[in-house]
Amino acid sequence: MVTPVRVFRKLEGLFAVYKPSGIHWKLVRDNIEANLLKEINAAPPPAPKLEVRFKALPSREPGTAKELTMAAIQLPVLATSPQVRGPRYRTLKVGVGHRLDAFSSGVLVLGVGQANKALAEFYSSAVTRDYTLEGEFGMATDDFSDTGRIIERTTFEHITLVKLEKILAMIQGGHQKALITYSGVDLQSQEAYELAAQGILHPQSKSPPILKGLRCIHFKPPHFTLEAQCVNETQHYLRKLVHEVGLELRSTAVCTGVRRTRDGLFGLQEALTRQHWTASDIQRTIKVHHSMLKDLKKADNSGHAEEDAQLEQHYQQTGTGEHSTVSITGTGSKQLHSAVKEATENAPSL
Amino acid sequence: MFSTNMHVGQRCVRLLRGRMMSIITHPANDCTAAQQPFGGHTTTVKHMHSILAQHPVLHSGHISLKATEGTLGVGALRGLCYSSVTQHSCQVKQSDSGEPEERTVIIYEPAQVPSRKLPLTEMPAVIDLDDVPSLSALEEISDEEAIQIVVPQALPPTSFSLRDYVDQSETLTKLLQLGVDLWKLDQRRNVGSMLVRLDFQSDMAPRLLFLKDLGLQDGHLGSVITTNPFILTESLDKLKARVSYLKSKKFSTESIASMVCKAPYLLNFNVKRLDNRLGFYQDILGLNPGKTRDIITRLPRLLCRSLEPVKEILKVCELEFGFRTGEIQHMVTEVPKILTANKAKLSKIFDYLNTTMGIPHSLIAKFPQVLNSQFLRIKERHLFLKYLGRAQYDPAEPNYVSLERLVAVPNDVFCVSVALATEEDFERFQKTL
Repeated sequence: MVTPVRVFRKLEGLFAVYKPSGIHWKLVRDNIEANLLKEINAAPPPAPKLEVRFKALPSREPGTAKELTMAAIQLPVLATSPQVRGPRYRTLKVGVGHRLDAFSSGVLVLGVGQANKALAEFYSSAVTRDYTLEGEFGMATDDFSDTGRIIERTTFEHITLVKLEKILAMIQGGHQKALITYSGVDLQSQEAYELAAQGILHPQSKSPPILKGLRCIHFKPPHFTLEAQCVNETQHYLRKLVHEVGLELRSTAVCTGVRRTRDGLFGLQEALTRQHWTASDIQRTIKVHHSMLKDLKKADNSGHAEEDAQLEQHYQQTGTGEHSTVSITGTGSKQLHSAVKEATENAPSL
Repeated sequence: MFSTNMHVGQRCVRLLRGRMMSIITHPANDCTAAQQPFGGHTTTVKHMHSILAQHPVLHSGHISLKATEGTLGVGALRGLCYSSVTQHSCQVKQSDSGEPEERTVIIYEPAQVPSRKLPLTEMPAVIDLDDVPSLSALEEISDEEAIQIVVPQALPPTSFSLRDYVDQSETLTKLLQLGVDLWKLDQRRNVGSMLVRLDFQSDMAPRLLFLKDLGLQDGHLGSVITTNPFILTESLDKLKARVSYLKSKKFSTESIASMVCKAPYLLNFNVKRLDNRLGFYQDILGLNPGKTRDIITRLPRLLCRSLEPVKEILKVCELEFGFRTGEIQHMVTEVPKILTANKAKLSKIFDYLNTTMGIPHSLIAKFPQVLNSQFLRIKERHLFLKYLGRAQYDPAEPNYVSLERLVAVPNDVFCVSVALATEEDFERFQKTL
C-alpha cells in the first residue's frame, strides 16, 4: 500500500537536475520541493480512527417510566480525518549542493531529507566540477557576460588558435603552481610526484578558485568554447576568466554561457530536465545512483587492476584529462561510459 | 448579590440570543464577564460541548434544556451535579409560555465540580453552611441515574486548531460533510473561531440553500466555502441584492454560478463596487456588452482584484509593445488571462518573440496564447527548431510552424510532429543550452 511516508522514504537521496539558464537556483529548489510535496501528499492518507460512543436510545413506550438504554456505535473521530489534519507533509528538506548563479546552466545536485547529510559531505569533499565556457571575442562588458553593459569593443582578426592555446597553457601553469602550494605537499618529494601524476592533488584548506584543467574545444572566431575542471570556483570567476583570456590575447572577450557538465559523480547523463522533475523520475535516478555507489564500493574492495584498465580504455576513447569525470565501477557501468561519451559528443557547439 | 445576578441574567439572555457561547463561569467574575463586549473573545469557546452533548440540535434563539430537565432535577435532589451545566439554567423560550420565575442564568462551570443545586430564585436568603450535602463516592445511586451521568470531555478553552472542536460541533461536522478543508481555514486568523460560533440551522443552512438555488453544485460548495468562509456571515439580503443586480446586467444564472465558483469572494463585494468594475471594463476594453460579459464570466477574478495592474497591462500593450486597439481587443477576448499577467514576464516574452524570433505584431495578435505560456518553453522549443533548421514562422513560406503548435502542444507531440525528432533528442538538446 502506497502511503505518503513510503513515497517520501524512497525520495531520500541525492540526485542531479539540469538547471536552465536565467533562473535562480532557489526557484529550481522550490519548484522541485512543490512537485515532490504534491506527489507525496497525493498518496492516500490513512483513514480516520474509529471511536466507540454510547448514544442514549429513546424508550419505546412513551407512557411508562423512562428506561434509557445505551447503544454502542463506532464512529470515525473527525479530528483524525485528512480534511481536518491536512496533508501529511507540509515542507520538505531539499538541499542544494554546489550552487549555480542565475546566468549559468548545468548540473545541480540536490538532496532530500536524510540525504542532506550526504550532501553536506559531498559539498565539502574533494570533487571537481566540469564547465563549458562559451565566449565571444570583440567586446567587453561590466559583468563579463553578454547581457551586461558594453564597455569596450575591439578587433579580433589577429587571434589564432595557436595563440589562444598558448594563453590557456600559461593560465593552466599558474593554477598548477597554486594547486601544489595549497595542497601542502613538498614539491621535491616522490610522494608529491606520485599524487600529481595520478591527478589527486587537492587544496587542503580554503583556497581561491583553482583550475585543474583548461583547454579549448571549439574555435571559430569570434566564438570559442573552453572546457575547465575546477575546484572552489564561482561562475562569476569563470566569466572573468574568459574576459582575461580576451585581454591576454590583446583583444576583449565576453562570456556568452557557463554550463556545468559534471559535479563529482553526477554528469549530464544523470541530470534531469524540467519535464522530469517529478517524484517517480527522481526516485528512479536515486536508485540508479545507489546501485552505482554500491558497484563502486565493490570495485574498491575487489582491487584496482580492473579499474586501471578500464580507465585507460576510457581515456583513449574520450581524451579527457580528468580522472574523476567518469565513475570507475564494475562491469555494470559500461553503458554509463558509452552514454556519457555519447552525451559529450552530441553536445553541439554553437 | 441577587440584583447583580439578575442583571447578569438579563445580559446573559441577550448574549445567548446573540449566540455567544463564551461566558466566563467563575462566580466571582459573573459581572465582569457579562459586561464584556460582543467581540471580546476571539478564540474562547467555553464548554459549548456541554450544550451540544445534551442538545444535538440548537434551535435558533433559545436553548432549551428539555431533555435534561430530569437530569438536573435528579441532580438537584442529590445535591450533585456531574454535568457542567449547573442549576443556573436559562430557559429562554421564544414562545411565551415561559414562567418568569424560571429565568435563571446559565453559568458554565468547569466539569466535575460540584456546584450549587438550587436556582438563584429559590436560594434562601441565609445559607446554612452546615447544610452542605455530602458528596460521597460511595453513595448508592440507581442505574438510571448512573446512565445519565454525563462526563463530558474537557474542551480546551483556546486552541490553535479546529481539531479539538470538530467532533463536538455540529457546524464543523456539517462543513466537513460538505467537503470544506478545515485545515486550510485553520491557518487563517480568526476564521476558526468564527466558524465555531456559527449556528448550523440559523446561519449556515439559509446561505447554503441560497447557494444551491443559485445553481452551485454540491461538489463545489466545499471549495467555495474553503476559499471564502465569510460567505456564511454575509447578510442574505445583500447577497440576494447582488445576485439580482448581476441578473439585471443580463448575466445568466449558470454564468453567475460559475463565476461564484471560480471567484468565491465575488458576492462579498457590494453592488456599487461591482457596478464600478463592470463599468470600468466596459469603458477600457471598448467591446460590446455581450463580449465584456463573456470575458467576465470566464475570468471573474477581474471583478475581485485591483484594477491598477489591468490598466498598466493595457497601457503596456498599447504603448510599449505597439499593438493596435483592435488587436488588443481580439487578444483579450481570446485569452482574458493576459489582463492579469505579470508585466515583467509579459514584456520578456514579447521581447523574445518580436526581437529574437522575429515574429510580427499581427501574428502574435493572431495567437495570443503564446503570451500566456512559459518563457522557457518558448525559448527551448524555438532554439531546438532553429538548430534543426525548422524555425519558420512566416505563413507565406513553406514549412510554416504556427505559434500555437509551437507552444500549446505537449512535449511528445511537439517533438514528433513539429520538430520531426525524438523526445530524447530534445532532452539532449536541452542539456546543451
